[in-house]
Amino acid sequence: MTGAQFRLSLPLAILFAFCFIAPLTILVVMSFSDQAAAGGFTLGHYRAIFTDPFNLSILLDTLLLGVKATLLCLLFGYPVAWVASRASPRWQSILLFMVVLPIMTSVVVRTFSWIVILGRNGVLNRAMLALGMIDEPVRLLFSETAVVVVLAQVQMPLMVLPILTAIGKIDPNLSDASRALGAGEWRTFRRVTLPLSMPGIIAGCLLTYSACVTAFVTQSLIGGARLLYMPLRIYQQAVGANDWPFAAALSITFMIAVVLVAIGLNMLSARSSRHAQS
Amino acid sequence: MRKADRKGAWEARSLSIILTAITVVAAIVLIAPTLIVLLTSFTDSASLRFPPPGFSLRWYRALLDAEQMQAAAWHSLLIACGATVLSTVLGTAASLGLYRSRSGWAKGLDMLFMSPLLLPALAFGFAALILLYRIGLRPNLAFLIIGHTVVCVPFVMRTTLASLSQLDPALLDASSSLGAGPWTTFWRVTLPLIGKGVGSGGFLAFMASFDNVPVSLFLADERTEVLPIHLWQQIETNLDVRTAAASGVIIVVTLILMLIAERFAGLTRQIR
Repeated sequence: MTGAQFRLSLPLAILFAFCFIAPLTILVVMSFSDQAAAGGFTLGHYRAIFTDPFNLSILLDTLLLGVKATLLCLLFGYPVAWVASRASPRWQSILLFMVVLPIMTSVVVRTFSWIVILGRNGVLNRAMLALGMIDEPVRLLFSETAVVVVLAQVQMPLMVLPILTAIGKIDPNLSDASRALGAGEWRTFRRVTLPLSMPGIIAGCLLTYSACVTAFVTQSLIGGARLLYMPLRIYQQAVGANDWPFAAALSITFMIAVVLVAIGLNMLSARSSRHAQS
Repeated sequence: MRKADRKGAWEARSLSIILTAITVVAAIVLIAPTLIVLLTSFTDSASLRFPPPGFSLRWYRALLDAEQMQAAAWHSLLIACGATVLSTVLGTAASLGLYRSRSGWAKGLDMLFMSPLLLPALAFGFAALILLYRIGLRPNLAFLIIGHTVVCVPFVMRTTLASLSQLDPALLDASSSLGAGPWTTFWRVTLPLIGKGVGSGGFLAFMASFDNVPVSLFLADERTEVLPIHLWQQIETNLDVRTAAASGVIIVVTLILMLIAERFAGLTRQIR
Protein backbone atom coordinates (compact mmCIF):
# COMPACT_ATOMS: atom_id res chain seq x y z
CA MET A 1 0.00 0.00 0.00
CA THR A 2 2.64 2.52 0.99
CA GLY A 3 4.77 1.38 -1.93
CA ALA A 4 1.89 2.02 -4.31
CA GLN A 5 1.26 5.35 -2.66
CA PHE A 6 4.91 6.32 -2.86
CA ARG A 7 4.73 5.89 -6.65
CA LEU A 8 2.44 8.93 -6.81
CA SER A 9 5.48 11.13 -6.29
CA LEU A 10 7.30 9.58 -9.28
CA PRO A 11 5.96 11.90 -12.03
CA LEU A 12 7.14 14.98 -10.15
CA ALA A 13 10.44 13.26 -9.29
CA ILE A 14 11.02 12.59 -12.99
CA LEU A 15 10.16 16.19 -13.90
CA PHE A 16 12.60 17.45 -11.26
CA ALA A 17 15.33 15.06 -12.40
CA PHE A 18 15.22 16.40 -15.97
CA CYS A 19 14.20 19.99 -15.38
CA PHE A 20 15.79 20.90 -12.06
CA ILE A 21 18.67 18.58 -11.18
CA ALA A 22 19.95 18.27 -14.76
CA PRO A 23 20.12 22.05 -15.37
CA LEU A 24 21.83 22.66 -12.03
CA THR A 25 24.36 19.90 -12.81
CA ILE A 26 25.10 21.49 -16.18
CA LEU A 27 25.49 24.82 -14.37
CA VAL A 28 28.16 23.29 -12.10
CA VAL A 29 29.96 21.74 -15.08
CA MET A 30 29.78 25.05 -16.94
CA SER A 31 31.31 26.91 -14.00
CA PHE A 32 34.49 24.77 -14.29
CA SER A 33 34.70 24.85 -18.08
CA ASP A 34 37.44 26.61 -19.94
CA GLN A 35 36.17 28.64 -22.87
CA ALA A 36 39.54 28.77 -24.62
CA ALA A 37 40.04 25.00 -24.77
CA ALA A 38 36.89 23.05 -25.65
CA GLY A 39 36.14 20.54 -22.89
CA GLY A 40 38.90 22.00 -20.73
CA PHE A 41 38.69 22.17 -16.95
CA THR A 42 39.59 25.25 -14.96
CA LEU A 43 39.23 26.71 -11.49
CA GLY A 44 39.94 30.11 -13.00
CA HIS A 45 36.39 31.51 -12.71
CA TYR A 46 36.22 30.78 -9.00
CA ARG A 47 39.72 32.17 -8.54
CA ALA A 48 38.58 35.32 -10.36
CA ILE A 49 35.61 35.67 -7.97
CA PHE A 50 37.54 35.12 -4.75
CA THR A 51 40.60 37.18 -5.59
CA ASP A 52 38.77 40.17 -7.05
CA PRO A 53 37.67 42.58 -4.29
CA PHE A 54 34.97 43.92 -6.63
CA ASN A 55 33.18 40.57 -6.93
CA LEU A 56 33.64 39.81 -3.25
CA SER A 57 32.19 43.15 -2.22
CA ILE A 58 29.09 42.53 -4.38
CA LEU A 59 28.58 39.17 -2.70
CA LEU A 60 29.08 40.66 0.75
CA ASP A 61 26.77 43.63 -0.02
CA THR A 62 24.06 41.22 -1.17
CA LEU A 63 24.28 39.03 1.93
CA LEU A 64 24.33 42.11 4.19
CA LEU A 65 21.34 43.57 2.32
CA GLY A 66 19.46 40.37 3.19
CA VAL A 67 20.42 40.67 6.86
CA LYS A 68 19.32 44.31 7.11
CA ALA A 69 16.00 43.74 5.33
CA THR A 70 15.31 40.62 7.42
CA LEU A 71 15.98 42.45 10.70
CA LEU A 72 13.71 45.35 9.70
CA CYS A 73 11.07 42.83 8.69
CA LEU A 74 11.33 41.09 12.07
CA LEU A 75 11.09 44.39 13.94
CA PHE A 76 7.68 45.08 12.34
CA GLY A 77 6.59 41.53 11.57
CA TYR A 78 6.77 40.22 15.14
CA PRO A 79 4.38 42.83 16.57
CA VAL A 80 1.99 42.25 13.65
CA ALA A 81 1.98 38.49 14.34
CA TRP A 82 1.56 39.08 18.09
CA VAL A 83 -1.39 41.44 17.59
CA ALA A 84 -2.94 39.08 15.00
CA SER A 85 -2.63 36.13 17.39
CA ARG A 86 -4.70 37.98 20.01
CA ALA A 87 -7.22 39.52 17.61
CA SER A 88 -10.74 38.20 17.05
CA PRO A 89 -11.00 35.82 14.06
CA ARG A 90 -12.53 38.61 11.96
CA TRP A 91 -9.76 41.11 12.69
CA GLN A 92 -7.16 38.42 12.29
CA SER A 93 -8.40 37.73 8.77
CA ILE A 94 -8.42 41.45 7.91
CA LEU A 95 -4.89 41.93 9.27
CA LEU A 96 -3.55 38.87 7.45
CA PHE A 97 -5.25 40.01 4.26
CA MET A 98 -3.38 43.32 4.48
CA VAL A 99 -0.12 41.49 5.16
CA VAL A 100 -0.55 39.12 2.22
CA LEU A 101 -1.78 41.72 -0.31
CA PRO A 102 1.64 43.19 -1.20
CA ILE A 103 3.20 39.82 -1.93
CA MET A 104 0.24 38.80 -4.12
CA THR A 105 0.21 41.86 -6.36
CA SER A 106 2.83 41.58 -9.07
CA VAL A 107 6.38 42.43 -8.00
CA VAL A 108 6.68 44.96 -10.82
CA VAL A 109 3.51 46.71 -9.64
CA ARG A 110 4.78 46.81 -6.06
CA THR A 111 8.12 48.22 -7.12
CA PHE A 112 6.42 50.72 -9.43
CA SER A 113 4.26 51.97 -6.57
CA TRP A 114 7.38 52.64 -4.51
CA ILE A 115 8.87 54.59 -7.43
CA VAL A 116 5.76 56.80 -7.41
CA ILE A 117 6.28 57.35 -3.68
CA LEU A 118 10.07 57.75 -3.56
CA GLY A 119 10.73 59.47 -6.89
CA ARG A 120 12.06 63.04 -7.25
CA ASN A 121 8.55 64.42 -7.58
CA GLY A 122 7.13 61.59 -5.52
CA VAL A 123 4.69 61.64 -2.64
CA LEU A 124 7.33 61.62 0.09
CA ASN A 125 9.49 64.38 -1.40
CA ARG A 126 6.52 66.68 -1.92
CA ALA A 127 5.19 66.00 1.55
CA MET A 128 8.55 66.86 3.10
CA LEU A 129 8.79 70.01 0.93
CA ALA A 130 5.33 71.09 2.03
CA LEU A 131 6.22 70.54 5.67
CA GLY A 132 9.41 72.56 5.25
CA MET A 133 11.61 69.62 6.24
CA ILE A 134 13.69 70.01 3.08
CA ASP A 135 14.33 72.89 0.66
CA GLU A 136 14.62 70.88 -2.55
CA PRO A 137 13.77 67.30 -3.53
CA VAL A 138 16.24 64.76 -2.17
CA ARG A 139 17.22 61.53 -3.82
CA LEU A 140 15.38 58.69 -2.11
CA LEU A 141 15.43 56.11 -4.89
CA PHE A 142 18.65 54.33 -5.82
CA SER A 143 19.85 54.15 -2.22
CA GLU A 144 20.43 51.05 -0.15
CA THR A 145 18.06 52.31 2.54
CA ALA A 146 15.26 52.42 -0.03
CA VAL A 147 16.04 48.87 -1.18
CA VAL A 148 16.01 47.62 2.43
CA VAL A 149 12.68 49.32 3.25
CA VAL A 150 10.96 48.11 0.07
CA LEU A 151 12.23 44.54 0.51
CA ALA A 152 11.05 44.49 4.14
CA GLN A 153 7.59 45.72 3.11
CA VAL A 154 7.25 43.26 0.26
CA GLN A 155 8.44 40.16 2.13
CA MET A 156 6.52 40.86 5.36
CA PRO A 157 4.10 37.88 5.03
CA LEU A 158 7.01 35.44 4.90
CA MET A 159 7.97 36.69 8.36
CA VAL A 160 4.51 37.13 9.89
CA LEU A 161 2.93 33.78 8.96
CA PRO A 162 5.48 31.40 10.60
CA ILE A 163 5.65 33.56 13.75
CA LEU A 164 1.86 33.58 13.99
CA THR A 165 1.85 29.78 13.75
CA ALA A 166 4.49 29.53 16.49
CA ILE A 167 2.65 31.90 18.83
CA GLY A 168 -0.57 29.98 18.21
CA LYS A 169 1.08 26.78 19.42
CA ILE A 170 2.11 28.26 22.79
CA ASP A 171 -0.02 26.91 25.63
CA PRO A 172 -1.96 29.95 26.93
CA ASN A 173 -1.70 28.47 30.45
CA LEU A 174 2.00 29.29 30.47
CA SER A 175 1.43 33.04 30.16
CA ASP A 176 -1.38 32.84 32.74
CA ALA A 177 0.89 30.97 35.12
CA SER A 178 3.66 33.50 34.61
CA ARG A 179 1.26 36.35 35.39
CA ALA A 180 -0.26 34.53 38.37
CA LEU A 181 3.25 34.15 39.78
CA GLY A 182 3.58 37.93 39.67
CA ALA A 183 5.55 38.51 36.48
CA GLY A 184 4.41 41.64 34.63
CA GLU A 185 3.34 41.74 30.98
CA TRP A 186 6.81 42.69 29.78
CA ARG A 187 8.51 39.99 31.80
CA THR A 188 6.03 37.37 30.61
CA PHE A 189 6.57 38.49 27.03
CA ARG A 190 10.35 38.41 27.36
CA ARG A 191 10.64 35.17 29.33
CA VAL A 192 7.72 33.11 27.96
CA THR A 193 6.23 34.28 24.65
CA LEU A 194 9.41 35.41 22.90
CA PRO A 195 11.56 32.31 23.61
CA LEU A 196 8.71 29.92 22.80
CA SER A 197 8.05 31.60 19.46
CA MET A 198 11.73 31.28 18.48
CA PRO A 199 11.15 28.41 15.97
CA GLY A 200 8.67 30.67 14.11
CA ILE A 201 11.09 33.62 14.20
CA ILE A 202 13.87 31.50 12.72
CA ALA A 203 11.64 29.98 10.03
CA GLY A 204 10.40 33.48 9.15
CA CYS A 205 13.95 34.86 8.99
CA LEU A 206 15.03 32.00 6.73
CA LEU A 207 12.21 32.58 4.22
CA THR A 208 12.55 36.37 4.32
CA TYR A 209 16.31 36.25 3.96
CA SER A 210 16.38 34.02 0.90
CA ALA A 211 13.57 36.01 -0.71
CA CYS A 212 15.39 39.32 -0.08
CA VAL A 213 18.83 38.33 -1.40
CA THR A 214 17.34 36.87 -4.59
CA ALA A 215 14.77 39.65 -5.25
CA PHE A 216 16.14 40.58 -8.64
CA VAL A 217 13.40 42.97 -9.81
CA THR A 218 13.14 45.01 -6.61
CA GLN A 219 16.89 45.23 -6.17
CA SER A 220 17.54 46.48 -9.68
CA LEU A 221 14.54 48.84 -10.05
CA ILE A 222 14.84 50.49 -6.62
CA GLY A 223 18.62 50.22 -6.41
CA GLY A 224 19.26 51.39 -9.97
CA ALA A 225 22.33 50.52 -11.99
CA ARG A 226 24.74 52.01 -9.44
CA LEU A 227 23.91 49.56 -6.65
CA LEU A 228 25.04 46.18 -7.87
CA TYR A 229 23.82 43.01 -6.16
CA MET A 230 24.50 39.38 -7.04
CA PRO A 231 21.35 38.59 -9.11
CA LEU A 232 21.91 41.62 -11.36
CA ARG A 233 25.63 40.83 -11.61
CA ILE A 234 24.84 37.26 -12.71
CA TYR A 235 22.35 38.55 -15.27
CA GLN A 236 24.81 41.12 -16.64
CA GLN A 237 27.54 38.51 -17.04
CA ALA A 238 25.19 35.90 -18.57
CA VAL A 239 23.26 38.10 -20.99
CA GLY A 240 25.20 41.36 -21.31
CA ALA A 241 28.78 40.08 -21.37
CA ASN A 242 27.73 36.64 -22.65
CA ASP A 243 30.37 35.07 -20.37
CA TRP A 244 28.45 31.92 -19.44
CA PRO A 245 31.17 30.08 -17.49
CA PHE A 246 31.87 33.10 -15.28
CA ALA A 247 28.13 33.74 -14.76
CA ALA A 248 27.75 30.06 -13.85
CA ALA A 249 30.55 30.29 -11.28
CA LEU A 250 28.91 33.43 -9.83
CA SER A 251 25.55 31.58 -9.64
CA ILE A 252 27.07 28.59 -7.85
CA THR A 253 28.96 30.80 -5.38
CA PHE A 254 25.80 32.78 -4.67
CA MET A 255 23.67 29.64 -4.22
CA ILE A 256 26.19 28.11 -1.83
CA ALA A 257 26.28 31.33 0.19
CA VAL A 258 22.46 31.37 0.44
CA VAL A 259 22.30 27.67 1.33
CA LEU A 260 25.01 28.04 4.01
CA VAL A 261 22.97 30.77 5.72
CA ALA A 262 19.87 28.55 5.46
CA ILE A 263 21.70 25.60 7.03
CA GLY A 264 23.01 27.82 9.83
CA LEU A 265 19.50 29.10 10.60
CA ASN A 266 18.09 25.56 10.43
CA MET A 267 20.61 24.38 13.01
CA LEU A 268 19.64 27.31 15.21
CA SER A 269 15.99 26.37 14.85
CA ALA A 270 16.65 22.72 15.74
CA ARG A 271 18.45 23.88 18.87
CA SER A 272 15.76 26.35 19.86
CA SER A 273 12.91 23.86 19.37
CA ARG A 274 14.75 21.34 21.58
CA HIS A 275 15.18 24.17 24.06
CA ALA A 276 11.47 25.01 23.82
CA GLN A 277 10.48 21.41 24.51
CA SER A 278 12.74 20.96 27.55
CA MET B 1 -0.45 53.46 46.77
CA ARG B 2 -2.50 54.96 43.97
CA LYS B 3 0.70 55.83 42.19
CA ALA B 4 1.84 52.21 42.36
CA ASP B 5 -1.54 51.12 40.99
CA ARG B 6 -1.24 53.45 38.06
CA LYS B 7 2.26 52.17 37.43
CA GLY B 8 0.95 48.62 37.45
CA ALA B 9 -1.82 49.49 35.01
CA TRP B 10 0.65 51.18 32.65
CA GLU B 11 3.01 48.22 32.93
CA ALA B 12 0.11 45.90 32.06
CA ARG B 13 -1.01 47.90 29.04
CA SER B 14 2.22 49.37 27.69
CA LEU B 15 3.30 46.17 25.97
CA SER B 16 0.10 45.82 24.00
CA ILE B 17 -0.05 49.58 23.29
CA ILE B 18 3.48 49.62 21.88
CA LEU B 19 3.08 46.45 19.82
CA THR B 20 -0.29 47.62 18.51
CA ALA B 21 1.22 50.98 17.53
CA ILE B 22 3.97 49.24 15.57
CA THR B 23 1.33 47.06 13.90
CA VAL B 24 -0.66 50.14 12.85
CA VAL B 25 2.46 51.68 11.28
CA ALA B 26 3.21 48.38 9.53
CA ALA B 27 -0.38 48.13 8.25
CA ILE B 28 -0.20 51.66 6.79
CA VAL B 29 3.14 50.95 5.09
CA LEU B 30 1.75 47.68 3.74
CA ILE B 31 -1.38 49.19 2.22
CA ALA B 32 -0.37 52.76 1.24
CA PRO B 33 1.72 51.95 -1.88
CA THR B 34 -1.08 49.90 -3.44
CA LEU B 35 -3.69 52.59 -2.70
CA ILE B 36 -1.47 55.38 -4.03
CA VAL B 37 -0.88 53.63 -7.35
CA LEU B 38 -4.56 52.76 -7.66
CA LEU B 39 -5.57 56.42 -7.14
CA THR B 40 -2.80 57.73 -9.41
CA SER B 41 -3.95 55.49 -12.25
CA PHE B 42 -7.24 57.46 -12.43
CA THR B 43 -5.44 60.77 -12.99
CA ASP B 44 -6.46 63.07 -15.86
CA SER B 45 -2.95 64.48 -16.27
CA ALA B 46 0.05 63.01 -18.06
CA SER B 47 2.25 62.89 -14.96
CA LEU B 48 2.38 60.46 -12.08
CA ARG B 49 1.60 63.14 -9.48
CA PHE B 50 -0.10 62.10 -6.29
CA PRO B 51 -2.69 63.27 -5.36
CA PRO B 52 -3.88 63.57 -8.98
CA PRO B 53 -5.13 67.03 -10.04
CA GLY B 54 -8.32 65.47 -11.42
CA PHE B 55 -9.79 62.08 -12.14
CA SER B 56 -10.56 60.39 -15.45
CA LEU B 57 -10.49 57.01 -17.14
CA ARG B 58 -8.27 58.20 -20.01
CA TRP B 59 -5.31 55.96 -19.14
CA TYR B 60 -7.54 52.92 -18.86
CA ARG B 61 -8.95 53.76 -22.31
CA ALA B 62 -5.37 54.06 -23.55
CA LEU B 63 -4.81 50.46 -22.45
CA LEU B 64 -7.33 49.34 -25.08
CA ASP B 65 -4.87 50.45 -27.80
CA ALA B 66 -1.75 49.11 -26.10
CA GLU B 67 -1.49 46.04 -28.29
CA GLN B 68 1.98 45.00 -27.16
CA MET B 69 0.92 45.11 -23.52
CA GLN B 70 -2.24 43.12 -24.25
CA ALA B 71 -0.25 40.47 -26.08
CA ALA B 72 2.13 40.24 -23.13
CA ALA B 73 -0.81 39.89 -20.74
CA TRP B 74 -2.24 37.01 -22.81
CA HIS B 75 1.11 35.24 -22.84
CA SER B 76 1.40 35.58 -19.06
CA LEU B 77 -2.14 34.32 -18.55
CA LEU B 78 -1.57 31.31 -20.81
CA ILE B 79 1.73 30.41 -19.12
CA ALA B 80 0.30 30.88 -15.62
CA CYS B 81 -2.70 28.63 -16.43
CA GLY B 82 -0.44 25.91 -17.83
CA ALA B 83 2.01 26.07 -14.93
CA THR B 84 -0.83 26.11 -12.38
CA VAL B 85 -2.50 23.00 -13.81
CA LEU B 86 0.79 21.10 -14.09
CA SER B 87 2.14 22.08 -10.68
CA THR B 88 -1.19 21.46 -8.94
CA VAL B 89 -1.69 17.98 -10.44
CA LEU B 90 1.94 16.86 -10.00
CA GLY B 91 2.35 18.58 -6.62
CA THR B 92 -0.84 17.09 -5.18
CA ALA B 93 0.08 13.59 -6.40
CA ALA B 94 3.58 13.93 -4.94
CA SER B 95 2.18 15.17 -1.61
CA LEU B 96 -0.13 12.15 -1.46
CA GLY B 97 2.86 9.93 -2.16
CA LEU B 98 5.02 11.46 0.51
CA TYR B 99 2.86 12.44 3.47
CA ARG B 100 2.57 9.05 5.16
CA SER B 101 6.13 7.94 4.55
CA ARG B 102 8.83 8.46 7.15
CA SER B 103 11.66 7.02 5.04
CA GLY B 104 14.84 8.86 4.16
CA TRP B 105 13.83 8.80 0.50
CA ALA B 106 10.60 10.61 1.24
CA LYS B 107 12.41 13.25 3.30
CA GLY B 108 14.97 13.75 0.54
CA LEU B 109 12.29 14.11 -2.14
CA ASP B 110 10.37 16.54 0.03
CA MET B 111 13.49 18.70 0.41
CA LEU B 112 14.14 18.50 -3.33
CA PHE B 113 10.60 19.59 -4.24
CA MET B 114 10.77 22.51 -1.78
CA SER B 115 14.21 23.74 -2.81
CA PRO B 116 13.11 26.01 -5.71
CA LEU B 117 11.61 28.21 -2.99
CA LEU B 118 15.01 28.88 -1.42
CA LEU B 119 17.37 28.79 -4.38
CA PRO B 120 17.72 31.91 -6.53
CA ALA B 121 15.22 31.50 -9.40
CA LEU B 122 17.54 33.54 -11.60
CA ALA B 123 20.27 30.90 -11.32
CA PHE B 124 17.71 28.19 -12.14
CA GLY B 125 16.49 30.06 -15.22
CA PHE B 126 20.05 30.54 -16.40
CA ALA B 127 20.89 26.86 -15.76
CA ALA B 128 17.81 25.74 -17.72
CA LEU B 129 18.88 27.92 -20.66
CA ILE B 130 22.38 26.40 -20.66
CA LEU B 131 20.87 22.90 -20.66
CA LEU B 132 18.59 23.72 -23.61
CA TYR B 133 21.50 25.06 -25.66
CA ARG B 134 23.68 22.09 -24.73
CA ILE B 135 21.14 19.60 -26.09
CA GLY B 136 20.62 21.72 -29.18
CA LEU B 137 17.23 23.23 -28.38
CA ARG B 138 16.05 26.82 -28.15
CA PRO B 139 13.68 28.46 -25.64
CA ASN B 140 9.98 28.12 -26.46
CA LEU B 141 6.60 28.36 -24.83
CA ALA B 142 6.51 24.72 -23.63
CA PHE B 143 9.87 24.99 -21.89
CA LEU B 144 8.80 28.27 -20.34
CA ILE B 145 5.68 26.61 -18.87
CA ILE B 146 7.78 23.70 -17.53
CA GLY B 147 10.28 26.12 -15.99
CA HIS B 148 7.44 27.98 -14.25
CA THR B 149 6.00 24.66 -13.07
CA VAL B 150 9.25 23.81 -11.25
CA VAL B 151 9.27 27.09 -9.31
CA CYS B 152 5.51 26.86 -8.59
CA VAL B 153 5.48 23.30 -7.20
CA PRO B 154 6.65 24.27 -3.66
CA PHE B 155 3.62 26.55 -3.17
CA VAL B 156 1.20 23.72 -3.98
CA MET B 157 3.05 21.16 -1.88
CA ARG B 158 3.32 23.36 1.21
CA THR B 159 -0.40 23.94 1.60
CA THR B 160 -1.36 20.44 0.42
CA LEU B 161 1.03 18.69 2.82
CA ALA B 162 -0.22 20.93 5.63
CA SER B 163 -3.84 19.92 5.03
CA LEU B 164 -2.87 16.25 4.57
CA SER B 165 -1.26 16.30 8.02
CA GLN B 166 -4.70 17.20 9.43
CA LEU B 167 -6.34 14.28 7.65
CA ASP B 168 -7.60 11.44 9.88
CA PRO B 169 -6.20 8.17 8.40
CA ALA B 170 -9.14 6.29 9.97
CA LEU B 171 -11.42 7.90 7.36
CA LEU B 172 -9.35 6.46 4.51
CA ASP B 173 -9.24 3.03 6.15
CA ALA B 174 -12.99 3.16 6.67
CA SER B 175 -13.51 4.04 3.02
CA SER B 176 -11.34 1.20 1.72
CA SER B 177 -12.74 -1.35 4.19
CA LEU B 178 -16.22 -0.43 2.94
CA GLY B 179 -15.06 -1.52 -0.50
CA ALA B 180 -14.11 1.74 -2.15
CA GLY B 181 -11.14 1.59 -4.53
CA PRO B 182 -8.24 4.01 -4.29
CA TRP B 183 -9.75 6.33 -6.93
CA THR B 184 -13.14 6.44 -5.27
CA THR B 185 -11.51 7.09 -1.91
CA PHE B 186 -9.47 9.89 -3.44
CA TRP B 187 -12.40 11.62 -5.18
CA ARG B 188 -15.00 11.08 -2.46
CA VAL B 189 -12.96 11.30 0.76
CA THR B 190 -9.42 12.65 0.42
CA LEU B 191 -9.93 15.44 -2.12
CA PRO B 192 -12.96 17.01 -0.41
CA LEU B 193 -10.98 17.07 2.87
CA ILE B 194 -7.77 18.56 1.45
CA GLY B 195 -9.47 20.62 -1.29
CA LYS B 196 -8.90 23.94 0.48
CA GLY B 197 -5.19 23.26 0.82
CA VAL B 198 -4.89 22.24 -2.82
CA GLY B 199 -6.98 25.24 -3.94
CA SER B 200 -4.91 27.73 -1.93
CA GLY B 201 -1.72 26.16 -3.27
CA GLY B 202 -3.00 26.40 -6.83
CA PHE B 203 -3.90 30.06 -6.28
CA LEU B 204 -0.40 30.82 -4.93
CA ALA B 205 1.15 28.93 -7.86
CA PHE B 206 -0.90 30.99 -10.35
CA MET B 207 0.16 34.28 -8.76
CA ALA B 208 3.80 33.16 -8.58
CA SER B 209 3.84 32.21 -12.26
CA PHE B 210 1.99 35.32 -13.46
CA ASP B 211 4.52 37.39 -11.52
CA ASN B 212 7.67 35.47 -12.41
CA VAL B 213 10.49 37.47 -13.96
CA PRO B 214 13.76 35.54 -13.40
CA VAL B 215 12.74 32.33 -15.18
CA SER B 216 10.96 34.12 -18.04
CA LEU B 217 13.99 36.34 -18.57
CA PHE B 218 15.97 33.32 -19.74
CA LEU B 219 13.36 30.91 -21.11
CA ALA B 220 11.03 33.20 -23.09
CA ASP B 221 11.73 33.40 -26.82
CA GLU B 222 11.57 36.73 -28.68
CA ARG B 223 7.92 36.30 -29.64
CA THR B 224 6.58 35.53 -26.16
CA GLU B 225 7.10 38.65 -24.08
CA VAL B 226 5.44 38.28 -20.65
CA LEU B 227 3.60 41.05 -18.82
CA PRO B 228 5.93 41.65 -15.83
CA ILE B 229 8.96 41.99 -18.11
CA HIS B 230 7.05 44.28 -20.48
CA LEU B 231 5.98 46.52 -17.58
CA TRP B 232 9.50 46.50 -16.17
CA GLN B 233 10.87 47.79 -19.46
CA GLN B 234 8.14 50.44 -19.54
CA ILE B 235 9.18 51.61 -16.07
CA GLU B 236 12.86 51.74 -16.99
CA THR B 237 12.47 53.50 -20.33
CA ASN B 238 9.44 55.81 -20.30
CA LEU B 239 7.64 56.03 -17.00
CA ASP B 240 4.13 56.80 -18.29
CA VAL B 241 0.72 56.71 -16.71
CA ARG B 242 -0.38 53.73 -18.81
CA THR B 243 1.86 51.63 -16.58
CA ALA B 244 -0.13 52.91 -13.61
CA ALA B 245 -3.39 51.94 -15.34
CA ALA B 246 -2.03 48.46 -16.09
CA SER B 247 -0.97 48.23 -12.44
CA GLY B 248 -4.50 49.28 -11.46
CA VAL B 249 -5.97 46.43 -13.51
CA ILE B 250 -3.53 43.95 -11.96
CA ILE B 251 -4.28 45.18 -8.42
CA VAL B 252 -8.06 44.94 -8.87
CA VAL B 253 -7.88 41.48 -10.47
CA THR B 254 -5.52 40.29 -7.70
CA LEU B 255 -7.90 41.61 -5.04
CA ILE B 256 -10.88 39.85 -6.64
CA LEU B 257 -8.94 36.58 -6.96
CA MET B 258 -7.77 36.88 -3.35
CA LEU B 259 -11.32 37.45 -2.12
CA ILE B 260 -12.48 34.39 -4.09
CA ALA B 261 -9.60 32.31 -2.69
CA GLU B 262 -10.42 33.56 0.81
CA ARG B 263 -14.12 32.82 0.44
CA PHE B 264 -13.79 29.32 -1.03
CA ALA B 265 -10.42 28.05 0.21
CA GLY B 266 -9.87 30.08 3.39
CA LEU B 267 -6.61 31.39 1.94
CA THR B 268 -5.33 33.23 5.04
CA ARG B 269 -5.92 30.10 7.15
CA GLN B 270 -4.30 27.74 4.64
CA ILE B 271 -1.03 29.62 4.17
CA ARG B 272 -0.16 29.64 7.85
